[in-house]
Amino acid sequence: MMEILQSEIFANLSYIFASMLFIFGLKQLGSPETAQRGNLISSSGMLLAVLVTLVNNQIISYEWLAIGLILGILVGATAASLVKMTSMPELVALFNGFGGIASLLVGSAEYLGTGSLGLISLTAIFLTLIIGGVTFSGSLVAYGKLSEILPGRQITFTGQRVVLIIFFFIALTLGAHLIFNFSLSGWSPVYSFLLLIFFALVIGLLITLPIGGADMPVIIALLNSYSGLAASAAGFVINNNVLIVAGALVGASGLILTNIMCKAMNRSLANVVFGSISSTASSNINAEDVGEIKPINISDAYLILEAANSVLVVPGYGMAVSQAQHAVRELGELLEENGCEVNYAIHPVAGRMPGHMNVLLAEANVSYDQLQEPDDVNPVMDTIDVCIVIGANDVVNPDAKENEGSPIYGMPIIEADRSKTVFILKRSMAAGFAGIDNPLFGKENSRMLFGDAKESISGLVAEFKS
Amino acid sequence: MDNLFVLLIFVLVLAIFLGFELINKVPSTLHTPLMSGANAISGITIVGALISSGSDGGLWTTLLGTAAVFFATVNVVGGYLVTNRMLGMFKKK
Repeated sequence: MMEILQSEIFANLSYIFASMLFIFGLKQLGSPETAQRGNLISSSGMLLAVLVTLVNNQIISYEWLAIGLILGILVGATAASLVKMTSMPELVALFNGFGGIASLLVGSAEYLGTGSLGLISLTAIFLTLIIGGVTFSGSLVAYGKLSEILPGRQITFTGQRVVLIIFFFIALTLGAHLIFNFSLSGWSPVYSFLLLIFFALVIGLLITLPIGGADMPVIIALLNSYSGLAASAAGFVINNNVLIVAGALVGASGLILTNIMCKAMNRSLANVVFGSISSTASSNINAEDVGEIKPINISDAYLILEAANSVLVVPGYGMAVSQAQHAVRELGELLEENGCEVNYAIHPVAGRMPGHMNVLLAEANVSYDQLQEPDDVNPVMDTIDVCIVIGANDVVNPDAKENEGSPIYGMPIIEADRSKTVFILKRSMAAGFAGIDNPLFGKENSRMLFGDAKESISGLVAEFKS
Repeated sequence: MDNLFVLLIFVLVLAIFLGFELINKVPSTLHTPLMSGANAISGITIVGALISSGSDGGLWTTLLGTAAVFFATVNVVGGYLVTNRMLGMFKKK
């Protein structure tokens, strides 16, 4: 029996079965009804792959790997059960980085351990080092920015792009030395190997440091894709089909998300990574473009809401910052009890990662069929009595449709301005992330509800209850 | 070796196309769990890590492999658990 379990054919067939489980799992992740089961199926594929590897006769000692496994389980399980839903973006970024460094280490271990490596293996090792390294340091920067250890703004210096290109060519040269193993007197390929890791890490820093907070959804999706590609490359290092398939699936999914995020901002990936939106922003806007700002207080806002038949909530990153999601759900329920129809319109790039707002509202027990996309709500916007914009700004900026000079012109938005009344919950009149004015605030039907979003919503809840 | 390589490239290409087909229809409500679930799958590199850590490839291979096992395990275990936690919150009334 043990002989069968240890045979190569059994291992390879099991890996194929594990790949099938990943594919089924990902397919089921595509619908809210089946998603949790899909995740379970995918995780059982992972368990199968790990168990088959553990009984395989390539492994002869278990002491070290047991240490790694036990520590990893402890750390991973603790982090996953303690994290707050608002901190999800940084945790995903961190896990992503860990996947990248793991692939880098596998490539390194294989490079240092195996005596004679062919051209293909060396090329694959080069790819694990460069992609894994970029994923690791890039994800750590994303983690730092999202958890506010690092400043969230764009960190740039003059000549950044030139330095990045030079470093990239240095990395390619080092890679060529690693792969073709040509003789340079006194310079062993191992030095190139070590330097290559260093440059990969620095390149990851240079790519992510200039990314501002609102562009984070794009870069997280991109790094997610990279971590998959790194795993695929590691699959070529050890000639293992399950790594290649699983890595490719993740690579493809990350790329699709990246593309969706870019489309939602009407920008190209190159523009997100290399362009800076704020540099063009200030010139063509002047204060009189925005009309008169009309503040409203909580009791007047309550009277309007009390009479409303349909309310649309448009959340943005500000809702996450003030942790207002539970208060928002409570207000939604009170409105529904009052006979009002309540929905939530969520822009793809609202928040700091793809789907960020959906998770927060789901955490607060909002039914997922109330969470709608811009394309669902825009056609019926004229029938909405009140649109409540909570901590969102650029995703409801009418300039994206009306002002060709605006830097965000062409970006698909939630057309809140077309509803009968718009409440905008904002701390102050500061501009949004893009640093541009928002004419929505001055529209005839707009009312500003200044203050902390959570306090304002709680105030409305209290009015409904009294 | 070369035949195997071509076969693996073939697998890679098909898997990428399959990935595009699978993910394209995911609604934006599920983008975060999709990302963290996919992220957990990218921890599959744990298979390579276990082999490096447990095979007799010298001290460096063992040490680097063990570090890789640790990071990949955090990625896998944490990723699946947190995805499960998130998906548990998506409810319909």
